[in-house]
Order: sequence, then C-alpha cells, then structure tokens
Amino acid sequence: MDAIILQILNGLDKGSAYALIALGLTLIFGTLGVVNFAHGAIFMLGAFTAVTLDRLLNMSFVTIDPTRTNFLGQPLEVKTPYIVSWFGDSIGNGIIDWAVPLSILFSIPIMLFIGYAMERGIIKHFYHRPHADQILVTFGLAIVLQEIVKAFFGANPIPTPAPAAFRGSFDFGVWLGFPANAIIYPYWRMIYFLFSAIVISGVFAFLRFTTFGMVVRAGMADRETVGLLGIDIDKRFTIMFGIAAAVAGLAGVMYAPINSPNYHMGMDFLVLSFVVVVVGGMGSLPGAVLAGFLLGVLESFASMNEIKSILPGIDQIIIYLIAIIILLTRPRGLMGRKGVMED
Amino acid sequence: MGILEVKNVSKRFGGLKALDNVNLSIQENTVHAIIGPNGAGKSTLLNCFVGKLIPDTGSVMFDGHSLLGVTPYKINQLGVSRVFQTPEIFAELTVLENVMIPCFAHRDGSFRMHAFETVDAEVEIREKAEAMLHDVNMLDKKNEHAGSLSRGDKRRLEMAMCLAQDPKLLLLDEPTAGMARADTNNTIELLKDIKKKRDITMVIIEHDMHVVFSLAERITVLAQGTPLVEDVPEKIKGHPKVQEAYLGGH
Amino acid sequence: MQLFGLSKKDTLFLLIVIFLTLATPILLQPFAEGSGLAQFNAGYPDLMQRFAIYGIFAIGFNILFGLTGYLSFGHAAFLGVGSYSAVWMFKLLTMNVIPGIILAVIVSGLFALLIGWISLRRSGIYFSILTLAFAQMSYNLAYSVLTPLTNGETGLQIRLTDPRLLDGANTTGSLPTTNLFGLAMNDSIRLEFFGRLFTFNVGYYFSAVMAIIVFYIALRIFRSPFGLMLRAVKTNQTRLNYTGVNTRPYTLAAFVISGMYAGLAGGLLAAMDPLAGAERMQWTASGEVVLMTILGGAGTMMGPVLGAGFIKYFENIFSKINDNVLHNWFGALPDGLENFLVDLVHPFVGKGWHLTLGMLFVLVVMFLPGGLVEGGQRIAALFRRKRKPDGSGPKHQPKQAPHVAE
Repeated sequence: MDAIILQILNGLDKGSAYALIALGLTLIFGTLGVVNFAHGAIFMLGAFTAVTLDRLLNMSFVTIDPTRTNFLGQPLEVKTPYIVSWFGDSIGNGIIDWAVPLSILFSIPIMLFIGYAMERGIIKHFYHRPHADQILVTFGLAIVLQEIVKAFFGANPIPTPAPAAFRGSFDFGVWLGFPANAIIYPYWRMIYFLFSAIVISGVFAFLRFTTFGMVVRAGMADRETVGLLGIDIDKRFTIMFGIAAAVAGLAGVMYAPINSPNYHMGMDFLVLSFVVVVVGGMGSLPGAVLAGFLLGVLESFASMNEIKSILPGIDQIIIYLIAIIILLTRPRGLMGRKGVMED
Repeated sequence: MGILEVKNVSKRFGGLKALDNVNLSIQENTVHAIIGPNGAGKSTLLNCFVGKLIPDTGSVMFDGHSLLGVTPYKINQLGVSRVFQTPEIFAELTVLENVMIPCFAHRDGSFRMHAFETVDAEVEIREKAEAMLHDVNMLDKKNEHAGSLSRGDKRRLEMAMCLAQDPKLLLLDEPTAGMARADTNNTIELLKDIKKKRDITMVIIEHDMHVVFSLAERITVLAQGTPLVEDVPEKIKGHPKVQEAYLGGH
Repeated sequence: MQLFGLSKKDTLFLLIVIFLTLATPILLQPFAEGSGLAQFNAGYPDLMQRFAIYGIFAIGFNILFGLTGYLSFGHAAFLGVGSYSAVWMFKLLTMNVIPGIILAVIVSGLFALLIGWISLRRSGIYFSILTLAFAQMSYNLAYSVLTPLTNGETGLQIRLTDPRLLDGANTTGSLPTTNLFGLAMNDSIRLEFFGRLFTFNVGYYFSAVMAIIVFYIALRIFRSPFGLMLRAVKTNQTRLNYTGVNTRPYTLAAFVISGMYAGLAGGLLAAMDPLAGAERMQWTASGEVVLMTILGGAGTMMGPVLGAGFIKYFENIFSKINDNVLHNWFGALPDGLENFLVDLVHPFVGKGWHLTLGMLFVLVVMFLPGGLVEGGQRIAALFRRKRKPDGSGPKHQPKQAPHVAE
C-alpha cells in the first residue's frame, strides 16, 4: 500500500509539469486552432528566468579582506552580492535564497510578453495555413529559442536550488498513519504539485467566472458566431496565447529546482506533452489536466522494479504505448470532442 | 424492382429522429428528385446511400448489393458517383489531371501499384478524360489549375469527373446551391444533355424548384424524415400535402 | 532523346543530375589550396558522402510528405534501423557493403510497413504524433532493453572477434574496412591540378551511384499514375474516396517506400563508417530531414536534394568559423567596428549554426513555403519578366502547381 502511494506521489511532480504544459497547448489549440511546437521552449524559457534571477541576485562585487588569507597566503578576495550589501546580511541572503519563488513574479510579465510577441509576430500569420505549416514554423521557432538559450547559458544543466527551508524530504507516511520512513517525499515536489494545482484552478476559474473567460470559451466552441456578435475575439485570443505562455513559463520556473534547467528540456517535455494532449483529447482542457497527471503517475508505476522485471523497458515506452492505443481505439482521446483535427 | 431500393430506413441522432421509416424505390434511367423543407432529412438520406452514415434500421440495396456499412470507395466502385454541395475537386492539380484520376480509378479499381508507368504514356486515359472535358465544355481549360476555376466551372469539372467513371447512379446534392441564375441554367442544360447522351439514373436533392421541375421525372417529397408523396412533377405541383409541408406550420 | 521511359525533358534533367553528382568532387573544389577561400571548399570525401546519403534520405521523405502531405516526425527511426541492420551484417557475414545495404533496406521496409500500417489509420496531426511516438519508443528501447541488439549508449561497432562467416577468420591485425568486392570504401585517389586538390573517394562514388538510382526511381514515381494518386491524396481525400480509390494502400506504399529510402541512407552511413548509435533515431534527427525537405522545396524533385546539400554544407562551413576567422574577415575595419561585428556574428556561427538554421527555417516557412526551388523560380520569373515586357504578365498564366518538379 505504501509503495503504491509512494509511486503515485513520485508521478505527481512530472504529471504536474505535463498537465501545465498540456493545458497551455490545449488553450492555444482550442482558441487559435494552432498546433504549437514551440510550447516546450516556453517552458524551458520559464526555467531559465529562474536561472537568470538567481544569477542577477548573486551579482557580486569583490572586496579584499586583509585579515584572512587564501591557501597561497595572499589576502582573501571576498565576493559580496550587491543585494547583501544593500539590505544587510539576513534580508539579503534571504532574498537570494528565495530566488526561485521570487522568479514567479519576475517571470509572469516576461512570459506574457514573449507569448504576446510570438503570437503577433509569427503565429497570427498561420491561422489559415495548413496544420503542417503551423507545426513547421513553431518547430523552427523552438529551435531558435533553444539555441539562443544555449548561446547565453551554455549546454550544461545549471543547478538552481530551492529555498533552504524546502530542501530535503519529509516523512509523508506518518501523516497518513503509516510507520515512520515508509513514504519519504521531498518538500519541493509537494510544493510543485500544490503550486500547479493552484495555477490550474486559477486558469479554470478565470475561464469560468470572468466575462473574458466566458467570451473565450464561447469562441472556442464557435468562433464565427462570437465574431458576428461584434466581439473582437482575435484580441482576446492573443491575450489567451500570452496566458498559455505564462502557464508554461510558471511550470518551468518552479521545475528548475527539481531538474537543473538545460537548453533542451523544452523539447523533451514537448514531445511528451503532445502525447498527453492527444490522450486527453485535443481541445479538452480537463482532458489535458487529467491525462497529464494520469500519464505522470503511470510512468512512475512503470519504473517500479517489480514491473520492470516482468516487462523490461516498459518504463521507457509506457506513455507512447498508451498514446498509440488511445489514438487507435478512441481517436478523440479521453475527453475530447469528436472530429477535432482529423484532417 | 428499382436500381436503388430503400426499405424501412430509420436514423436517429440522439433524441432527434432524422429519418423515420423511409421507403423509396428509384427506377433505372430516371431523374428522381427528393425535395422537402429544411431539416426534412434529405442530406441524411443521401449520406445513407454513400456509406457515410449507417441507418439504425432498414436496408439500402443498389443493383442487388447492400450498401449498409460499405465504405465510400467500394460503393463508388459499384457504380455510384456523387456530386457535392460545394464542388469537391483536386484543387492543386490541373483540370485534365482531375479528370484522369477517375479514369484511372475506373480502369484499375480501388488500388494498383502503377509506380513504374508514366502518366504521359497513358494515351487512352488522356483521350477519355479529354472527351469528358469536351462533354462539359471545359476542354479549353484543361491545363488550368483546378483551384482557380470559377464556381460554375468547378461544378462542371466535378460533373466530368463523375461521368468519367460511367456511373449507373449519379447522386447530386444541391448541385446549384449558391449559383447565380445563369450558372444554374447552364447546369440544368448540362444535366439534360448528359441524360440525353447516356443511360444514367440521377437522384437530385434540391431546394430550387426551378431546377427540380426542369429536370425531374419523378419527385419524392420528404418532411420530418418521412416521404409524404411520390409522383410525377405535374401532380406534385398542386398537391395539397406538399403545399402544407412547405407553407404549413413546420 | 528519350531514355529509361522518361520524357525528353526528364531525360535531360536526369542526365544533368548524373553529371553534377559524378563531377561533385571537382565542382566542390573551386578554390585553390592554401587560398583564403579554401575553407569554403566542400570536396572532402566525408562531406560529399553526407550530401549523397542525406540526399537519399530527403528524396525518400519527400515521396511521403511532398506527394501525400502526411508529415512524419519519425523517419529517423528507419535511418537508425538501417544502420543497425547493416552493422550486424558487417559483424556476422561480411564487410562487403552489398549484403549489409540489402538487409538495411529490407528490415527498414518491414519496420515501416508495421508502423505505417498502424499510423496511417489517422491523418493530420494525429499521424504526426503517432509516428513521433513510435520513433521515440524505438529510440528509448534501443537505449534500454534492446541493448543486446544495439549495444546501448556505446553504439554498435565491429570487432576483431566478430564471426564474419564469408570473410574468413581474422583475429589479428587491425579492424577490417567496409568494401565493395575488395574496393575499400575509405580508399581515395587524390589528384592535384590547377593548384586544386581533388579527392575521388570510393565511398562517395558508391553513395553517389545509389543516390542516382534512387533519384531515378523517385522521378519515375513522380511521373507515374501512382504518383498522381498520391498527389490527389494530398489535395482532397474525400473526393478520392468518392472516386472509388482506396487511399490507405496508396499512402502505405508511399510510407514504406520512403522508409526503405531512409533505411538505405542508414545502411550507407554504416557502410561509410561501420558504427550505429541510437542518437541517429532521435526525433531531432527526424526533424532534420523535415528541415531539409522544406528548405529545399517539398513536392519538387530537386528540392530535397538541394535542402540536404545546403544544410550539410553550411553545417560544415559555419561550424568551422570561430572568432579568429571572424577577426580575420573584419580585420581591415577599425577596431571598434571589428569587435562589434565579430560579437554580432558570433552567436550565429561555430556552435551557433543551429540558431542560424532555425531562423532560416522560420523565414522559409513564413515567406517561401516552396523552399529554395520556389525561390529560384521566382528569381527566374523576375528575369523573364524583365526580358519581355509585353502584355502577357505572369498574372494571366495559370499558377504553377507546386508539385511539378523543375
């Protein structure tokens, strides 16, 4: 029992990332009808805003401390971050320590802007072109974004720590009444799951309860009619693209401590997120979320040794296998409408 | 026994009864029109003929073959061609290529791996395609891009493509929808001409009464998924039930 | 003059392609050895082999994507399978490349039959994702459970201890080389005249002959009724179904043919350098062939070849340009301007080549969907218009079908 709960928990963090990226993909597809292969790159950019803020906060000036010497016997050079010198030791270091959570605020305007610029600059010219063209141009865009990041940050993963308070693990099993040490779970993964749950609820609430969201939902169902009502649906869709980008960006920011960001993490997640979208049902927001968590958890189960010993290699292919089965038996996915994107 | 026999066909979409116990017999070599107000089930019925929809109950027999659950290409190979409401053509190919494709399909069946023959060497096919284009007065446009044709020309082209297969039954789904008067009249003349030149059965679904009464030899009036009357055009014109269906409280 | 069942125009076209392919080692060495421009020469065996092999890969991909419009994101899987098959043949049977290449084509064809049979049940984006899923599955499996077949991360290599039944035991000395009935693939004849060094390499000519054969086959397919049906699939499947044509076997045949082309390319890669790794199957490799085809011009005969050559050439040239080279170029300029220009160009060259490629790709898809071939046609049209300024402007001419190969 505890093993099962542990596997479910282990699947939740990846599942959260899948769900958040797939949610954005579905928003873009549902509103704009565009298949966005650059969405993984946006996730990656999000993670790198965390890296950037971390670096900015750590920007230091060098002073020489004559009282201490280094191993060569010369006076020691001490690096002091500007932040520390401005706010003093405890507040300054506290801010640096909290770089990743602070990046959430830092990244939202950036990601909104990137999304907006992408839509206005490139995507909008592709509304009436074939889906193959949309895939191709966004694929090219993804390469460009990832190469720019590579040029600035290099090819190696960059460790980006979570705040000290959330490093390490806690005994989740005890909370549920299991004996001690049965279910050990890292703090940050739990936070990631809660965070994504909040973001997902936020997006759904926004679509459900605001006029803006109502118009967008109506537009997703029937774009032409909404257009006839004299509502400038295109402008709202542009904003939706920005929001989808922000969601993927946030997913990336918070993922940075789980896996050190590297330039190709977007592509890795994109392929899987597309599979998630297809399994959930193209154009269905609840489907995307459900499938994201489902596949994350299934992937985690498939990597259990007990299962791998029966079906070797299953952990490597489980997601693709499920996608293939779903596509062949139920092309509309778990919760999708019929006939979306068949051509 | 007609060439197309529809027996007790019903079809529901959720709670909506689209077709309710339809019986229809279409005689060989006639032009048979199916008319009726919007939502009468005309398109649903047509889709049951071509394998796009499978009725819940009943049977559709063409020339001794059941059409239920048969895929569109097999139905076509039996000798049923279809003209669509908006012309379905190969927009990126030339007009001549558009007509050559059905010629190939007619000669070679549903699939043939003719990867090492050349299109240019298929003189018979090309001549046949050109003859078809000549029949619809399109020969001078044979090298044009099909996508750049006018609406009326696209309709002609589609007609030539259907005729290239020597179909026994030609289904026409509102062939003049969205056409200007002149184009409509041209289409009527074209269809009359086709009928004169060859043995062919046509089933026309149409809103435009001018088209229906110019062409049809028999007319079935459909309302709320059931055939009301079937008769020759002269009798349909003044039929009280028909007037009720069109003008009355539906 | 008509040869091999081609029209006059196509015969000429084919002859030009044959000439260009055979003369490549000369044509690609236009700059004298030791001159500043020598770095732009491309007549090295290794690079020329890649032109021919990736040309084959792209020609095959184009038979599927260019004709039917089905966008596969998993074609690298067939390339990888071809490489593995060929290397296994080198290990077990003989270092002669013929059996290896035959096996590569057969195995990848069967593999394509299986994947195509399943994937072609769906169209559009679903097809793309199915092929992507299959390719990623193959890639992941090659790294994990299939290690006995693929040798995992190290990649499959030949060893002295391999049986090589036909070659006879040889457990001493150095590793044997791939050959064609004794003619080693890495053998070259070097000639120097006009101050230029020309390398005529066996491996290149073997790949080039293969490329010419498959180019001819592709040309025949393009001009055949089968090819016409494939183009009809792309433009209107509904009409084709209502014309009595079963589209599935047509698309499946195209898929298998293009899979076999990819397998041949994979086999040739292994024949040039007898090792095979899983990274050849990764989806970025699938993306590369898509790039080549689009960049050159999907649906045209020459496009994919041009695209493959273009990408491989500039990959080679751009990767070699480092900051020293840049300083050399801009050395005549004032220092400030020199440094500024070097900094400006730096991200796009050397390791940044992929950035340039990505941008180029975005621009091509946006503004030149017909690729380099369409670009060439537009320029040609521009000149033609200038030459005869009479009333028959291009507006009155029917739009050229994008498929018609030029």
